Amino acid sequence: MKFTFSLKPENFIIERDDERCIRCGACVQQCAYNAHYYLEEKDKVLGINHNCVGDGRCVAICPTNAIRIKQAENPYRPNYNWTKERMMDLYEQAENGTVLLVGMGAPTPHPVYWDKIVLNASQVTNPSIDPLREPMEVKTFLGSKPDKIEVVFDKNHKPEIKTRITPQLELEVPIMFAAMSFGAISLNACKSLAKAASEMGTFWNTGEGGLHKDLYKYGKNTIVQVASGRFGVHVDYLKAGAAVEIKIGQGAKPGIGGHLPGEKVNHEISVTRAMPEGSDAISPAPHHDIYSIEDLRQLIYSIKEATDYEKPVFVKISAVHNVAAIASGIVRAGADAVVIDGIRGGTGAAPKIIRDNVGIPIELAIAVVDERLRKEGIRNHASLIAAGGFRNSADVIKAIALGADAVYIGTAALMTLGCHVCGMCYKGICNWGIATQRDDLTKRLNPEIGAERAKNLLKGWKHEIQEMLGAMGINSIGSLRGNRLNLRAVDIHEPYLSILGIKPAGA
Amino acid sequence: MNSITIDALNLYYRELNFKIKEAVRKEGIKKVIIKNARGQRFIGTGLKEKDVEIIIESGVPGNDLAMFMDGPTVKVFGNAQDGVGNTMNNGKVFIHGDAGDVICYGMRNGKIFIKGNVGYRVGIHMKEYKDMIPSIVVGGKAGDFFGEYMAGGIGVVLGLNNDDKPIVGRYCATGMHGGVIYIRTEKVPTYLGKEVKVFELNESDKEKLKSLIEEFCQEFKEYKAEDILKSRFIKLIPVSKRPYGRLYSPGNHFPLPEENYFSNKKIDIEKKYY
Repeated sequence: MKFTFSLKPENFIIERDDERCIRCGACVQQCAYNAHYYLEEKDKVLGINHNCVGDGRCVAICPTNAIRIKQAENPYRPNYNWTKERMMDLYEQAENGTVLLVGMGAPTPHPVYWDKIVLNASQVTNPSIDPLREPMEVKTFLGSKPDKIEVVFDKNHKPEIKTRITPQLELEVPIMFAAMSFGAISLNACKSLAKAASEMGTFWNTGEGGLHKDLYKYGKNTIVQVASGRFGVHVDYLKAGAAVEIKIGQGAKPGIGGHLPGEKVNHEISVTRAMPEGSDAISPAPHHDIYSIEDLRQLIYSIKEATDYEKPVFVKISAVHNVAAIASGIVRAGADAVVIDGIRGGTGAAPKIIRDNVGIPIELAIAVVDERLRKEGIRNHASLIAAGGFRNSADVIKAIALGADAVYIGTAALMTLGCHVCGMCYKGICNWGIATQRDDLTKRLNPEIGAERAKNLLKGWKHEIQEMLGAMGINSIGSLRGNRLNLRAVDIHEPYLSILGIKPAGA
Repeated sequence: MNSITIDALNLYYRELNFKIKEAVRKEGIKKVIIKNARGQRFIGTGLKEKDVEIIIESGVPGNDLAMFMDGPTVKVFGNAQDGVGNTMNNGKVFIHGDAGDVICYGMRNGKIFIKGNVGYRVGIHMKEYKDMIPSIVVGGKAGDFFGEYMAGGIGVVLGLNNDDKPIVGRYCATGMHGGVIYIRTEKVPTYLGKEVKVFELNESDKEKLKSLIEEFCQEFKEYKAEDILKSRFIKLIPVSKRPYGRLYSPGNHFPLPEENYFSNKKIDIEKKYY
């Protein structure tokens, strides 16, 4: 018998109002984590606190509102250094000597600079604009912009642009859905996002999982990803999307590869990725054909050759210490857009120690990259896309004012589909039918309803962005891009003020 | 058969590839002969036309030859550089010489035959799905990390030349979790990846190997298939489809009370919960 030093204390306490409970068994049936069970001889529904992950499925599904989930207290002696979580992690590793896995973005208390940045508004000296009555442009074009545009007039004096404009993505709202592979999330979740993106005139990203045959119809709103495992990458796939993204890194796990565990590789995934069922899908840490900026250029141009120079090529990196210099190299390598994913970026599975400790906050990364590209005179050669924990439209607009062209949202997008950020994505039994491939669970997510909800979020954020722009007296999002004078810092001190390039509030 | 000859001297890779694509797609040309290749990259990249032949008669093609290619046949009468058959989807490549590093990275299907030596990380992360089984045959010797991360397909190293290098470099088959490697050697290479084990060939292995070597010898006429097949081969296959399955913590598991997660003894549910 295995001897354990410590039992895992529960994280949540399930409270059930027995008066209200009608023994319908919904919670028992719905919880894939087995946190509820029915004891027939007593005719009672009981909870197993240890199993509860706090994803709110039972609370949402209970027809009589009989369930309350509370956070459990720390049963050990309180200690600032040895928190309950750290003790639990340590005990687990003492038992099996493994790497701790987690899902979702880092919950660590790294400062969220968005909360310390405030926006400007017009008062007296210039009029604010009401977006309900006046035009308010939030359309964004992603791609490389020429240094100058040459216009010639034909003999009827009609102007014509002579400069060859490289392919651009046209976004009705500067928010796209971040790369989440079919494998990390269910097909219904992919369908929801794809449909929402195509109806809202924006883009969703396949992640490194290939493109399922049902999703080819959303091609013109799809960004297809090429990552180090090259899963599901072939010419038709590259040509199916509107743009191709080379993934070098991800905010949640900079510098390391990805492992989709074999038990998640079912029939549909094996078809889409063209790999055997039940085999681990391993993405190596680096691309083994990219060991330098020159090699990156080679991959970028091989993709451009394969797609006949018709698709913009993005390069996604995680925000790390030398992000500005790296981004400059990426732009010079010929990327049409640089995607930067900050330390709070989400994941389906990553080693906890990497997620919580590697990388830098996205706010600082946007500021330094934009600044560097401007100084080098190459900012127009590529668009800048930011990702990593965007929570609302204010975060988005602040990112744009710091210098981003558009943002990717991942976790926020999944939350529209029901995600409650319980962080158990890596277990593959998501009660909400998102981060799972189990048929009985994935069917809980209706892609029609999911698409509608994801669309609603974009609609709401778009309108809020228009309101904030109007309040600043600006009628086009292009006028705000990199316009840091519209930002002020509250409670941010040097040197971060100068890194962000913004003034303190009051100045 | 309609063919075209392109002199690649002083042509930028983009112009050369544009010419090849135009010829193949618009003019329906089946055989493209390239003279004086001067390291132009991406030749044959993304071509899908199955019956097209691209022949590089003289000179050396550049990196990423036949990348993302899906059907055509490419023949190089000389050496090739890095990244031949990168993420190739189908088709055949014959190199009458040596080739560089990272040959057939992430290759999905098709065949690559190289007469001479190859560099590092050849056959890395080759895949396999049902009847899509990519294969590479190296006539000479291979550098370090041959078949690294291999997830499927067939890698063959014949070591037919007489230099005194080992037939494969160090760390062959590191991280391999699918597919098979055949090496024509008497002794097991040093520093093999710990994910593989060495086996003798069985009948089905011999059949697979025979058809590949026959195809190899058909192109490279100085070798005889019978002679090669007489030699001893070893087979490397991974011990697990899940090399890193046990690296990560199982985390919480979510047992029902009957499964009794407090000890191995069956507990009395009534006692525990009331």
